[in-house]
Amino acid sequence: MLLDVGSLAVMGVTLGAVLGTAAKLLAVPTNPIEDELVELLPGSQCGQCGFVGCSQYAAALAKGNTPITLCAPGGKGTIEALAKKLGVSADTDGHEEKGPEVAFIIEDLCIGCLRCIGECGSDAIVGAPKQLHTVISDACHACGKCFKICPTEAIEMRPIPPTIAGWHWTKPGDHSAHH
Amino acid sequence: MSIVVDKSGPFTHGSNNVQKTMFTVLAALTPATLFNLWLFGWPAIFLFLVTMLSCVGCEALCMRMRGDSPERALSDGSVLITGWLLALSLPPWAPWWVAAIASIFAVLLAKHAFGGLGQNVFNPAMIGRVVVLVSFPVQMTAFVPSKPLFSAAAPSFAESLHVTFGRGVSLDGISAASQLGFIKTELARGIPVNQSLAHLPSLSELMLGFHPGSMGETAVPLILLGGLFLMWRKIISWHIPVAMLGTLFVLGTIFSTMDPGRHATGMFHLLSGASFLGAFFIATDYVTSPVSKSGQLAFGIGIGLLTWIIRTYAGYPEGVAFAVLLMNALTPILDQHFRPRVFGRTRQGAPLPLKGDK
Amino acid sequence: MKLFPIMGGIHPDYRKELASEKAIVPMPIPATLYLPLQQHMGAPGITTVEPGTEVKKGQVLARGQGLVSAPVHAPTSGRIAAITEMMAPHPSGLPTMTIILDSDGKDEWGDLPAAIADPFAASAQEIRDRVAVSGIVGLGGATFPSAVKLGLGNQHKLEILVLNGAECEPYLCCDDRVMREHADEVVDGARIMAHALGAPQIIIAVEDNKPQAITALTQAASAFTNVTVASVPVQYPMGAERHLTQALTGRETPARKLTADVGVVVHNVATARAVHQAVRFGRPLLSRVVTVSGGAVAEPKNVEVLLGTRVAELLAFCGGLSKDSRRIISGGPMMGQPLPSLDVPVVKGTSGILALTKAETKENATQPCIRCGSCVSYCPCGLVPVEMAAFIRSEKLEEAAKIGVQDCVSCGSCSYICPSHIPLVHYFNYAKGRIAALDRERRKADQTKALVSAHNARLERAAQAKREAAARAKAQSENPDAGRVNA
Repeated sequence: MLLDVGSLAVMGVTLGAVLGTAAKLLAVPTNPIEDELVELLPGSQCGQCGFVGCSQYAAALAKGNTPITLCAPGGKGTIEALAKKLGVSADTDGHEEKGPEVAFIIEDLCIGCLRCIGECGSDAIVGAPKQLHTVISDACHACGKCFKICPTEAIEMRPIPPTIAGWHWTKPGDHSAHH
Repeated sequence: MSIVVDKSGPFTHGSNNVQKTMFTVLAALTPATLFNLWLFGWPAIFLFLVTMLSCVGCEALCMRMRGDSPERALSDGSVLITGWLLALSLPPWAPWWVAAIASIFAVLLAKHAFGGLGQNVFNPAMIGRVVVLVSFPVQMTAFVPSKPLFSAAAPSFAESLHVTFGRGVSLDGISAASQLGFIKTELARGIPVNQSLAHLPSLSELMLGFHPGSMGETAVPLILLGGLFLMWRKIISWHIPVAMLGTLFVLGTIFSTMDPGRHATGMFHLLSGASFLGAFFIATDYVTSPVSKSGQLAFGIGIGLLTWIIRTYAGYPEGVAFAVLLMNALTPILDQHFRPRVFGRTRQGAPLPLKGDK
Repeated sequence: MKLFPIMGGIHPDYRKELASEKAIVPMPIPATLYLPLQQHMGAPGITTVEPGTEVKKGQVLARGQGLVSAPVHAPTSGRIAAITEMMAPHPSGLPTMTIILDSDGKDEWGDLPAAIADPFAASAQEIRDRVAVSGIVGLGGATFPSAVKLGLGNQHKLEILVLNGAECEPYLCCDDRVMREHADEVVDGARIMAHALGAPQIIIAVEDNKPQAITALTQAASAFTNVTVASVPVQYPMGAERHLTQALTGRETPARKLTADVGVVVHNVATARAVHQAVRFGRPLLSRVVTVSGGAVAEPKNVEVLLGTRVAELLAFCGGLSKDSRRIISGGPMMGQPLPSLDVPVVKGTSGILALTKAETKENATQPCIRCGSCVSYCPCGLVPVEMAAFIRSEKLEEAAKIGVQDCVSCGSCSYICPSHIPLVHYFNYAKGRIAALDRERRKADQTKALVSAHNARLERAAQAKREAAARAKAQSENPDAGRVNA
């Protein structure tokens, strides 16, 4: 009897000590999720999600009361990254992705007012006062802020056509048949 | 001509398909089954039919509940294998309701509750058998000595109907224990194994099958023949059967040499009970066994080991069904740990080192 | 010759007899040729002609750009009708920039580079340059620019040039015919390539279902002690570069390395013939041998086709299609690509045009996986297709990558053998493409982030400068004397 109680007690104490130590040693420092979410967003503060900027959207996401599919410039990749971080399913089906776009300046309409340049968060537009501006396509991430601010509607958001190099088979079962 | 580009290659396919695979397995089971049906007469035939029909009925019910047409129950043939193996694992003179209950558990719970073909974790036939074994131990351990069809000892058709479908047929006068059950009982009475073995049929008689047992337990050469046929058709590989039977034989031999009074011999372990049926037809069930060859070896060894432990130390005389189910539970883990080595990589998954950079 | 086993693999229904005994026939020059600027891996060519330009046979129409690229030549003489986007011979059906050449029917040669009189006295660089300007790419189907691959001797110590004549794909027999009918050219090309590579030994590997090719090559190679013809067992995918290397040398190429890292370079037999013609006669790559076969083709043939010929015309040359044609494939049935239309051209990588009937494709509805493990046993790369497909089905691409989906060579053995007709390779092709696309998106997002933070930092600096200036101005206005004294 005494032996039973004794051995159980010893086992309990030992295992408890092991678990306690392990919890200390293997503890993962928990960062505030908000900062991590900000890291995942493009950071251009374009406001297309309806929030003032990326950190506000991240804060709302961290509270869990907003859909993860609102970031248009981030596209599917961002949604999936957010879903993974938040441990929710990436329901991209409901999200109408408009496909990659790029800003384009119509030369005849541009008056060289510099406003779009001031607005662009990724320095993707170059130009001088009263001179035609132009978009560096590689640097543009299609936030659409220039499109909104242009006084002469000289900026269009144009879809980037798919290329053979960027093409891949869709998942079996997704309807991909073209005739 | 309209051109469809809806899938990537390959644009050719082998001639194998699920149905063919399943019906090949049934063909491999046929000789042993026919022999056993003859050996145990009309009651065995009735029980076989009841089991098959109730399994197919359950499958059709599930198809209906899933909104599929019930006729599709037979489309892949998998339920026929489940029913067939379940029938072979029951005592031939068991009453019809034992078979029906076993079928319900096998098909409804073990298979379709998990999501149907390919999704079940446990071998459906063995779930069916184990459920009735633990629920109705009396009916499930009442074996009869073989009474071949048309022989003098065989019951008539009417008597047979009574055995399977009647109420409370007393088997007291004719029932006998299986060999594994016999040595276990004798051992419990203090009679050493090597003495009780002397009262049993010889090993060669065991092999031929003229002894009490479940239907599929008593036709070792024909089961072996079926198993070899499946290997020849490349339906199964040698890994699971050899690993399982080898382990059982080695353990039996080692321990019976060390203590013949306590342990049965390796040959006895191989030839009694469901060792062969289990090794070739039950443990090799695709769905519930590992996919890689090394995993299959580990799986077979595990079944052999557990079978021997259960037979030797546990309360039940026969352990194949339990051993298979226990190893089924380990299959996902075995699948994770026994992957083949990827071309150009080490077992750990790193690229192979080049000769120069050690 | 001692051979080494390779793992897995299948023995599909080869059906090579449909075309294997048909000698190579040239096809008449079509009225119009369609030449995509990109018929190879790497960067597309840059056009050097304008619409309306009159061109001679062999003239450069587009030159290669960058390190990995290849030029495009005029397969016959004529006039450039247009340079425009047209549907590519690619399953996507997407457009690609294409030069349209109207043939004048004269087939007049233009100026060609001079033949290299003694290639074995020429420098390796000279040979490579000639191969590069001749537009030669891997004709087995991979279309990697051959000149780049011939430069591997610069960074690697090479021992063996393997000439791949395995032709393990069902139906295809264009390499078989080239080996039988032009064995001397193949062997000569191989010797020139080995010279450029600095590889002392040459092994020409042919599957043993092509005995005539083996005989012809053995005879052609008999004069050269460093050339061996190896008969390898029929086992798909024996023609895969790494597997062939393993079968011949026992050396296993590490993941993410090249066969050159184990001292072996593999080139296709038809590529060797093209090199022979470029070096000995200065002729660029203008045509290739294509196997036109399949149950839906009236008269299967091996045709020497000018690059740019429309598939529809090629099929018409082979008696046209029967009604029960189900799939049109460029390449073999295992690894070939389905074509979106018959109005796409034959390009450098087109080894076969197959029109298969439903009975041949044996397509069937997908059934649930029964975990039979066949895909695991037959995978020549040691992968677990069943598990990878399960991960991909639930979009767990990272997990699939962890167990090796990117090590898959898309050989199709698993899909071929799967009793449930699960399109395993399609899953893997999707996953590989999707992983690459996500990678590109991630790089783009990182780039955007870098730009945005640089932008913000600049604004912050400007604001800081402004604040400091304002503070200074304020300090000055409050205490004008201080400024004067300091000054």
